[in-house]
Amino acid sequence: MMRKFTQKKNAQKKPYYTDRFWVAPQVPKEEVNSDEIFAKDLEELKSNFDIKDAYIQRGQLVVYIGANENVEVLTFLKHKLEYNFLSELSAIDWLEKSGEFEIFYQLLSTSKRKRVRIKFFIKQNREIRTVSKIYKSADWGEREMYDMFGVIITGHHYMKRILMPEDWYDHPLKKSYPLHGDEEASWYEIDKIFGKEYRDIIGPENRDSSRVDENDTYNFSRIHHEVPFGEKPSSKIVETDYQEDGGVFLVKSLKKADSVTLKERP
Amino acid sequence: MQKVNRLQPFFENLAFEREDDTMIINFGPQHPSSHGQLRLILELDGELVTKAVPDIGYLHRGMEKMAENMIYNEFLPTTDRMDYIAATSNNYGFAHAVEKLLDLEIPRRAQTIRMMLLELNRIISHLFWLATHALDVGAMTIFLYAFREREYAMDLMEDYCGARLTHSAVRIGGVPLDLPENWITKLSKFIDKLPSDIADYEGLLDQNRIWKMRLEGVGVITPEMAQNWGCSGPSLRGSGIAWDIRKEEPYELYDEVDFDVPVSTTCDSYGRYKLHMEEMRQSIKIIRQVIAMYYKTEPEIMAHAPQYISAPKEQIMTQNYSLMQHFVLVTQGMRPPVGEVYVATESPKGELGFYINSQGGAYPYRLKLRAPSFWHTSLLQELLPGHYLADVVTIIGNLNIVFGEIDR
Repeated sequence: MMRKFTQKKNAQKKPYYTDRFWVAPQVPKEEVNSDEIFAKDLEELKSNFDIKDAYIQRGQLVVYIGANENVEVLTFLKHKLEYNFLSELSAIDWLEKSGEFEIFYQLLSTSKRKRVRIKFFIKQNREIRTVSKIYKSADWGEREMYDMFGVIITGHHYMKRILMPEDWYDHPLKKSYPLHGDEEASWYEIDKIFGKEYRDIIGPENRDSSRVDENDTYNFSRIHHEVPFGEKPSSKIVETDYQEDGGVFLVKSLKKADSVTLKERP
Repeated sequence: MQKVNRLQPFFENLAFEREDDTMIINFGPQHPSSHGQLRLILELDGELVTKAVPDIGYLHRGMEKMAENMIYNEFLPTTDRMDYIAATSNNYGFAHAVEKLLDLEIPRRAQTIRMMLLELNRIISHLFWLATHALDVGAMTIFLYAFREREYAMDLMEDYCGARLTHSAVRIGGVPLDLPENWITKLSKFIDKLPSDIADYEGLLDQNRIWKMRLEGVGVITPEMAQNWGCSGPSLRGSGIAWDIRKEEPYELYDEVDFDVPVSTTCDSYGRYKLHMEEMRQSIKIIRQVIAMYYKTEPEIMAHAPQYISAPKEQIMTQNYSLMQHFVLVTQGMRPPVGEVYVATESPKGELGFYINSQGGAYPYRLKLRAPSFWHTSLLQELLPGHYLADVVTIIGNLNIVFGEIDR
């Protein structure tokens, strides 16, 4: 039997139907000159660095820079152009399309009330330099970027995974990583607790500790279908009064007729 | 079968090195004061913290990954599970980001309802913060009082959307329902009573010797630190920087209401406590104004954009094309234009940002959630050293971190 074909580089969900003639509209990109402050900032950036592309989208300046200039550009933006906050940074996976990651830094200037996005592309397995020495907020942001995408960052003081376990295989936000995890992920706990050689002994049916077998009356009782310990499940409805014979001290059994429904919380 | 337990601890719980006399202790992840699943590895010299390494990821559910496999409307309830104390602010942050991507115009009534819900959620979140923080520090009474008031606020949320914690009370393009009958009366009753309650809390805490001793001068975040570590919300304003996104980059109708941005210049935990109290008062002030605005609006609650948003139900039930469009939007999902947005809103915890990269498909190509607590937790590694072990609990509680949004 042939194995079913699956897209390896992009294992994410696909829409089941797309019109052949569908052309997606674009979010408009405006000229940088349309905003005074951004135009001035870009002018200064251009005189110091090699700017690949720049435009304004939905009120925020987007600037494409060279991958090896990220530290210099961000230093310049922080100290010369007053972009005092690094609000966010992360990567976008374009490995399927071009074998690249797109890195973005989202900056905020509280004095100018402006937000700028600095972006660049890097090839897979290429390193980038850390910006955590300029903005300390990049400390965890970069760790998360490494954890989720495997983007290698040099010069970081504690480059370890942050959300996933230290010994996790692969980087889960890559498009090639399936939503429900890969083979390694499904055996992670078994490998860890018992060892790889126990995969066959335990088997796929027992690897999930939270699995509930509905026919298992040994570990679970089925409400209103209780059976004596260890016996097979039955569909017969059992009327059980859970109150003990003679009542329980201080506990009254509920009389529905006596209860009152409050209109409002007292 | 199980002969050898291979599960080795990553880290010894207790290592006592005789050479330098520092002790390493493991705080959490199952510690009631860690406000979720925060694990802190603390190096102590006596009772003084010399090094702190926060470890997170115990509640990681991969929301960003899920988002890439869900249509936009499908993802909205997932955002409830980020900051589960004030779920509507997450719903709103996401809906607002998508609306920005689609360039939608939201009806005024929906905007007023959203503002009421957002401010109500801010009050709920701040009450919860006060209750748990005070409980951590040792004031049990406040916990009970604040939870009582929070319960009234949650009743209001329940009246509106049926849920107490995971609201999903906002939709992309508007709100699902108009306000129920008498809701505004109940809300007015609640916000009329709340100022006196806040005064009660302050009466219990403001001059309380224990509270002051444990908060004053503890967890000082200097303005430089706050900027460097990307603080936002009360943690930033507690450092003397008056930056409130509602004021600086107004969304909805925040530019039409009159409110102040409280700032604390003491930079310590006590200042941030006063700030939270004042913010609740400002929220009350906003709600009062929005109630008046609500009555002047037309009863329209969803944006008109047939390409992206389903028509109102009456129209779907009577008109064929609306029904067809609704069917497509539910089964395939809307397809926003190609582009990207980063939209920040002021959630009770700070700057809640959604970065959405759309490639014109029904699923977002990349969605990055910028949760304020994540950045505040990273600050702990610089903030904790120099404090005593007992202050660690104060600082964690005071920063108002929620693990749903740290680990996402």
